Amino acid sequence: MSDGPVQQITPTDPAPAGAERALRLLGAVAVLIGLPLLVRWAFDFTQDRDANRFAIVGVAIALGVLGVFALFWVMDQIVDRLPHGWRETVRPYVFVGPALVLLSVFLIYPVVNTVLLSFKDRRGNDWVGLDNYEFVFTDPSMLRSLRNTAMWIVVVPALALLIGLLFATLADRLQRGESVAKSVIFLPMAISFVGAAVTFRLIYSYRPEGFGSNIGVMNAVWQGLGNDPVAWLTKKPWNNFLLMVIMVWMQTGFAMVVLSSAIKSIPEEIIEAARIDGASEWQVFRHITVPSILPTITVVTTYMVINAMKVFDIVFVMGSPENNGTEVVAERMLTWFFIRNNGGYGAAVAVVLFVAVVPVMIANVRRFRAEEAIR
Amino acid sequence: MSVGERKKAGWFVRITILVVCLIWLFPALGVLVTSFRPADDANTTGWWSTLTNPWDVAQWTLANYRSVLDSGGFSNALLNSLAVAIPATVMPITMAAFAAYAFSWMEFRGRQVMFVVVVALMVVPLQMALIPILRLYNGGAELFGVTVFPDLDLNGTFLGIWLAHTGFGLPLATYLLRNYIGSLPSSIIESAKIDGADHFTIFTRLIVPLSVPALAAFTIFQFLWVWNDLLVAYVFLGGTRDNQVVTIALQALSGSRGQDWHLLTAAAFVTMALPLFVFFSLQRYFVRGLTAGAVKG
Repeated sequence: MSDGPVQQITPTDPAPAGAERALRLLGAVAVLIGLPLLVRWAFDFTQDRDANRFAIVGVAIALGVLGVFALFWVMDQIVDRLPHGWRETVRPYVFVGPALVLLSVFLIYPVVNTVLLSFKDRRGNDWVGLDNYEFVFTDPSMLRSLRNTAMWIVVVPALALLIGLLFATLADRLQRGESVAKSVIFLPMAISFVGAAVTFRLIYSYRPEGFGSNIGVMNAVWQGLGNDPVAWLTKKPWNNFLLMVIMVWMQTGFAMVVLSSAIKSIPEEIIEAARIDGASEWQVFRHITVPSILPTITVVTTYMVINAMKVFDIVFVMGSPENNGTEVVAERMLTWFFIRNNGGYGAAVAVVLFVAVVPVMIANVRRFRAEEAIR
Repeated sequence: MSVGERKKAGWFVRITILVVCLIWLFPALGVLVTSFRPADDANTTGWWSTLTNPWDVAQWTLANYRSVLDSGGFSNALLNSLAVAIPATVMPITMAAFAAYAFSWMEFRGRQVMFVVVVALMVVPLQMALIPILRLYNGGAELFGVTVFPDLDLNGTFLGIWLAHTGFGLPLATYLLRNYIGSLPSSIIESAKIDGADHFTIFTRLIVPLSVPALAAFTIFQFLWVWNDLLVAYVFLGGTRDNQVVTIALQALSGSRGQDWHLLTAAAFVTMALPLFVFFSLQRYFVRGLTAGAVKG
């Protein structure tokens, strides 16, 4: 390995002299023994409950960041020491190796394993046939979660898309402040689902009559209209929509930004021509803008549907989904697997989610193949 | 109206946009205002009541933040979130960048098949991975009597959650970076090879500097994804006070002290502060990263 800039590397490195070669070998041995020991020590240190928290976090960050660089550097050094004919055959696998190993352990193996576990009992010991799936499609709470998730994947993308599209179209006409306005809508994308859930809990918060005044906007307005305060989050089935509003608030920005860039790429001449022919603004929107960006709308919708299908945090943070009838599929998965320790039920619910995305997966692979063919 | 001029916004359009923006800001404003109000005020009157005389200093306080950060354990949680998020961002991006380079510019058997697998894995729901990985962490795995994954007791460790986030982030990172690195002009790489540079040198000295926009966009996306994540942290890191991250701490506070709005809002804002800072300072990369990254499984 040379440290100089690319231009200064000569094709033939002079062979190192005897002493230097011995020193290099010694260095390599020291690195090979020392590095694992150092990593081991760093790992143990991050587990030490008595150590200073700042030091632990510092060591942890150094371990994670430098560790991954060291991994590639050491592997490349080892490849350099292989016989000549081997080096360039092995090197690509060193480059893709870590990624492939992690993908295999953390995604490919789990997919197979989860499918198997979905046919086993709660601890994953004995086969139970289709019992877990029978539970998934008969348990009242599970059925509610399927119904609710079906609503989530329709309502959230539809609203986010509609608001995002209209906002992008209107903001496109502003002479000034377009980027500021778009930033405001995009801002909620930055915060966590947990943070957003707490934010909206404040809006929906409720105190019964005689337990202090209501500090939530919804009830303040409601009482201002002369009504009694309402525990909004327990009002079935409307509470589901109140939770969906949170995700609409968060995802509209995404739809708006992507659609906005698609709208801007429509050739100006087409729109002008339509206007000169006497088309109204609505007709331009309906017959030119929307058809032109239809492929983008499809992509955005697909991703928002997948996101809505996996929604978990919002429902989980709002609390007691079973009492409120706000269960969703991803939340059921965690509840059964993690809180009630039933791996079989949890796995079966996960497989339901997985099966739902398989069409998207096939479409992605097909599109990729088509792109590669014309590359 | 002359040709080539965009249709101008009238009053109706401007007012509509203003109203939508105000509606969008309203929820976050409530959190921000409440977090600076004394406990008694915050829990007895609506936060909007401060808007009538915002310059009255007596109604503002920093006590909520002090109490959340110290006794609430959020300063510790902030440190933990950094300890989780920084390596869990660097690791997948480094691995993905090396892999993307190999997929783009190196010849090897199985290249096409492996990459198709990466594309397919992009939309696999996280939920599919949780149970098997937790079992791996707690007991290892054997195949035909041979230990293929040792019982490292990784549950509750930083290393365990880094590896999980890395595994989940890799398909998208590899896909996006390959699109970018693969579209760099081949003449640059060819001439570096003629100059005698090996692949490692080409990668570190040529490809990485040229890929900064793509790397920056994905770095921001992955960092925020990990920072804002509740599910992976909940399953693999757990809720002990020592190693809980900000999202877990906020979720726990929302459960245990759900009516103490002065604390809840301050805590919520503590968890949002860093993402919002990233948003305002790196907005261009941020938008690019999030829109590119919305595909994640």
